[in-house]
Amino acid sequence: MTRVVLTAVQVVVVVAVAPLLVGVMRQVRARLEGRAGAGIGQPWRDLRKLLRRPAASPAGTGWAFRIAPLVLVGTSLVLAAVVPLLTTASPLDPAADLFAVVGLLALGTVTLALAALDTGTAFGGMGASREITVLALVEPTILVAVFALSARVGSTNLAAIVTATQHDPLRVASPASLLAAAALAIVVVAETGRLPVDNPATHLELTMIHEAMVLEYAGPDLALVELAAAMRLTILLGLLGSLFAPWGIAGSAVVGLPLALIAFAGKVTALGAGLGAGEVFIAKLRLFRVPELLAGSFVLALLAVASSFFLA
Amino acid sequence: MTDSSYAQYLDLAAGLFLLTAVGVLWRHQLAPMVRLFAVQGFALAAIVGILGAHHHSIELLLVAVGLGALRAGVLPWLAGRALRNAPAEARETRPVVNVASSLLAAAALTLLAYAVTRPLVALSPSPATTILPAAVTVVLVGFFILVTRRRALSQVVGFLLLDNGITATAFLTAAGVPLIVELGISFDLLLAVLVMQMLTTRLRAAFGTTDLDELRELHD
Repeated sequence: MTRVVLTAVQVVVVVAVAPLLVGVMRQVRARLEGRAGAGIGQPWRDLRKLLRRPAASPAGTGWAFRIAPLVLVGTSLVLAAVVPLLTTASPLDPAADLFAVVGLLALGTVTLALAALDTGTAFGGMGASREITVLALVEPTILVAVFALSARVGSTNLAAIVTATQHDPLRVASPASLLAAAALAIVVVAETGRLPVDNPATHLELTMIHEAMVLEYAGPDLALVELAAAMRLTILLGLLGSLFAPWGIAGSAVVGLPLALIAFAGKVTALGAGLGAGEVFIAKLRLFRVPELLAGSFVLALLAVASSFFLA
Repeated sequence: MTDSSYAQYLDLAAGLFLLTAVGVLWRHQLAPMVRLFAVQGFALAAIVGILGAHHHSIELLLVAVGLGALRAGVLPWLAGRALRNAPAEARETRPVVNVASSLLAAAALTLLAYAVTRPLVALSPSPATTILPAAVTVVLVGFFILVTRRRALSQVVGFLLLDNGITATAFLTAAGVPLIVELGISFDLLLAVLVMQMLTTRLRAAFGTTDLDELRELHD
């Protein structure tokens, strides 16, 4: 019973925190650029405004366009329940498998790409094609990088990996773990559509990726897509924190929950603020050089696997 | 230093050593390449220093200091000076193999290095020999840079990478070479870089570029 409660709390926290995290990142960026910024609550206010509008969909679109926001939010909610962010004792533990998590991420992305193709606009098609290119390079890297971490634990279960790291903190400083951390960080940036791979602040660029796909959405659908994007960002940053700094994550006892909440908030805010601050200093990469960056992160992941096998 | 922390420090230094080699392959700009090479020199000195501290060998510690001064200090400084004299040559614009493919090639070279060093590691498994594959990978990556880059300076960096790898291999397998041999190699290296710097200057004076593809024809 406590496990169900803990997981429910985790899902609610992720949903509540995700837009705030986006707000924090925008605020950090605004302050560093010398602007006042809209405050960290602005994404939530945007979502409220969008949810009140009547639903509208472009003429000629079919089921793929309509179910995409629901599938996207649905996969994000499942991810929020299975990934060990606050607790390692999710009742969905058997599903907290590395391959299942990567599959869920890919399912959401592919559905959105199909929806973008369904609109039949030029931007939708371009965005979908780019997103799939990035996806094809990102998913193997996530798999290989987490595989490097799981090789020592002997299990691809995320909760098992996190628990093992909690018992043996020195493991974080091993070369395999550091290489995997670097590879995963690059991949998370690409998967969530941040600079230098994609610019989240504009939908007026010819080279946009994520924004090109959601260009035709309006009203509650757009709200769902944006909420899901924010949740994926939170989950991936949280996963990064859990894998490489697993301190404070509660087991199956409710007692550890307050500490876990504080630790989670601290880790995600630090990572998000770091990402937001980093974005001030870099420009978007040319689209043709994105595969170079992702190939680099794939090599890092592969080196991580190699060292976790051969240095062990 | 206990045995487990010794192995851990050694692993960490070897990881940095390998990572900088991949970093050199990753970058187009020559200035970061030189900086990464300096970091790699430091990692090499750290490996030798850790070995020296473990074996309580003053000679190895002295060699580590010397290696650090040469490869993290003097050689990057010389390469950086050659770079500052030619600001227009600061980019590797069109390598023979593009960067994404060369990174994947580096991945393949890593696996190759692991495959070929397995019998060597099996001879005497110890923390030092288990990181031998990393050193051999750096040798192969250095070779790869030497073969696929066009600018004279990036070829120099490739050559130095190759030599870093060879030195690391020597220290990891044989726990060091006689001091006199190490000194000889170091001076050789210094002279090679000085000569290549001279050559680069002459190349630029003669052709206006350091693209070594220009050297295919004979001129009088």
